[in-house]
Amino acid sequence: MSEIWIFLQLIIQGLAIGSVYALVALGFVLIYKASSVINFAQGELLMVGAYVCLALLTTYQVPFWASFLLTMAFSVVLALSIERFVLRPMIGEPVISIIMITIGLSLVLKSIVSAIWGTQIKVFPAIFPQAPIKLGQIVVSEVYVYTFLASMIFLVLFAMFFKYSRMGIAMRATANSNQVALSMGISVKKVFAISWCVAAVVSAVGGILIGNINGVNITLSAVGLKVFPAVILGGLDSIPGAVLGGLIIGILENLSGGYLDHFFGGGVKEVAPFVVLVIILMIKPYGLFGTEEIERV
Amino acid sequence: MQQCGIFHETYKEDMAIFQTPFIKFWMALFFAFLAVFPWISKPLNAALNTNTLYLMNLIGIYIIGAHGLNILTGFTGQISLGHGAFMGVGAYSSAILTIKLGIPFWVALPMAGLITALVGMVFGIPSLRLKGLYLAIATMAAQFIIEYAMRNWTSLTGGSTGMVVSSPSFFGISIDSDRSYYYLIYAFVIAATLFTKNLARTRSGRAFVAIRDRYLAAEVIGVNVWLYRILSFGVSSFMVGVAGSLWAHYVLVVNDEAFGIWLSVQFLAMIIIGGMGHVLGGIYGAIFMTTLPILLRIPEHALTQVYPGIFAIFQSLTEGVFGLIIILFLIFEPDGLAARWHTIKNYWKLWPFSY
Repeated sequence: MSEIWIFLQLIIQGLAIGSVYALVALGFVLIYKASSVINFAQGELLMVGAYVCLALLTTYQVPFWASFLLTMAFSVVLALSIERFVLRPMIGEPVISIIMITIGLSLVLKSIVSAIWGTQIKVFPAIFPQAPIKLGQIVVSEVYVYTFLASMIFLVLFAMFFKYSRMGIAMRATANSNQVALSMGISVKKVFAISWCVAAVVSAVGGILIGNINGVNITLSAVGLKVFPAVILGGLDSIPGAVLGGLIIGILENLSGGYLDHFFGGGVKEVAPFVVLVIILMIKPYGLFGTEEIERV
Repeated sequence: MQQCGIFHETYKEDMAIFQTPFIKFWMALFFAFLAVFPWISKPLNAALNTNTLYLMNLIGIYIIGAHGLNILTGFTGQISLGHGAFMGVGAYSSAILTIKLGIPFWVALPMAGLITALVGMVFGIPSLRLKGLYLAIATMAAQFIIEYAMRNWTSLTGGSTGMVVSSPSFFGISIDSDRSYYYLIYAFVIAATLFTKNLARTRSGRAFVAIRDRYLAAEVIGVNVWLYRILSFGVSSFMVGVAGSLWAHYVLVVNDEAFGIWLSVQFLAMIIIGGMGHVLGGIYGAIFMTTLPILLRIPEHALTQVYPGIFAIFQSLTEGVFGLIIILFLIFEPDGLAARWHTIKNYWKLWPFSY
């Protein structure tokens, strides 16, 4: 197989994984925009979603469409209770406390999952066909294509939701300014709660998609950490930025894994996004589309 | 009884760390207790079903690290999620300096601190432009990059097998037992505590606090924000590096697994639970976080007798309990144990007429 085909194959796989990052990053940015909370538990929301869906599929033998809907419902309930009992008392607290509380949350979720399901890797029953597709000399498992398509469908759905639905518009208004939104009669509390719900739902979808490719185990929550390079690249408060950042980071990580592993002895995939992250923070801290914070005395 | 009125007649008295004879007496008693602890630890071992001297040594190492992070986060207001990896840098530098270059421990220890300070300052550079959450993300990236280097730079760090380190010796006496190492660690703990306490009262310390409270205002009154932020990163990483070096020569095996993001989170949890910006906070936090797993073992032990299968579940719940405690502290006692202790003390001072 010639060089260019390997390159293309890496890009296509990276695009599929990147689309899931984009989905999870969307949830992350949503929470940040609405309530200025940096959510370190995003990966755990994803992991919980994947595990719940897996348990429904294998242990309880629920058909996929039903277990998918049940997982979404569960994510909504989980997000609502997290927002109500953990984050709401923290409104107005310093950034450090809010970061720490989401870290605490991630520890709790992780330990509950490993107490119930253990830490071994579990194979997801195939939802999408796994047959390889040949495009020229590229051989890609079909699951990557479906993952990409599914993520794109969800991204478009949420884009429509923000653009046209009443709640979506209220959420954009709140993101712009809590106080103005409040004075216009928007329930800011409700918006915070909904943004957590949306974030949990997109994460759970991401978890199911990634779980389908790599299997499900406790390290799935590491995907949540990959979201940070994505959102920093795209700009912390930009939804299109998060989507683009997710795709770019997905491709970048796959390319670096493919080309640099020989030089650094493996595992470059895991660290390359963070190197990019540090570089972006040093040269362009507000990313591609983020609003620059200008401070005036 | 505590004195009801304290009258200072000189500035020296006013600035003293231990101000009243009452406090001096109790501190003397406390230091005496520290000095004889290795002898009373034996009966405690049996009672608590653990090696208490080893536990004390770990607490000591964590206190030094927690003071370090407290200077950065508590005083200067710069969050760091990379202190676990910085401690690893200290441990690895010390191991490489003593094993590969044959430098004695007493030189390698401060050098490990300096190397860590340098690394910390490099990753602190983004802090010049970034605040709060951006900095948290930048230091988290530092954590992963350093962790990767420790694991994959095999020629330098020995990769995942790690490095075997030797015990230090003091004028021909080998410091290799828990008891002798205890004195070594606590000499450093006392030095680090005094340093942190005094730092808060110096020009630099006040500059740190000014930057934390409002960095724009600090800049306006002439504090060089750039310089002091980097300095804060340097001092903080230096202390964590020293803690790492002490850890390496105590545990005698250095590998990358000990310095994951979990350690960084633990350090942050220590200063949050202990009390950010309080010198005592680092101490309370380190004690709390180190003894908690031991305390958790008691119900675990009791329940395992009844339900043998529960052991695996408890193993995974320990982290969750940490997480829960962090959450509960942040919601109900955001100022930490140091503030709680202060409240309790004030309550009893005026009892029964407290309000």
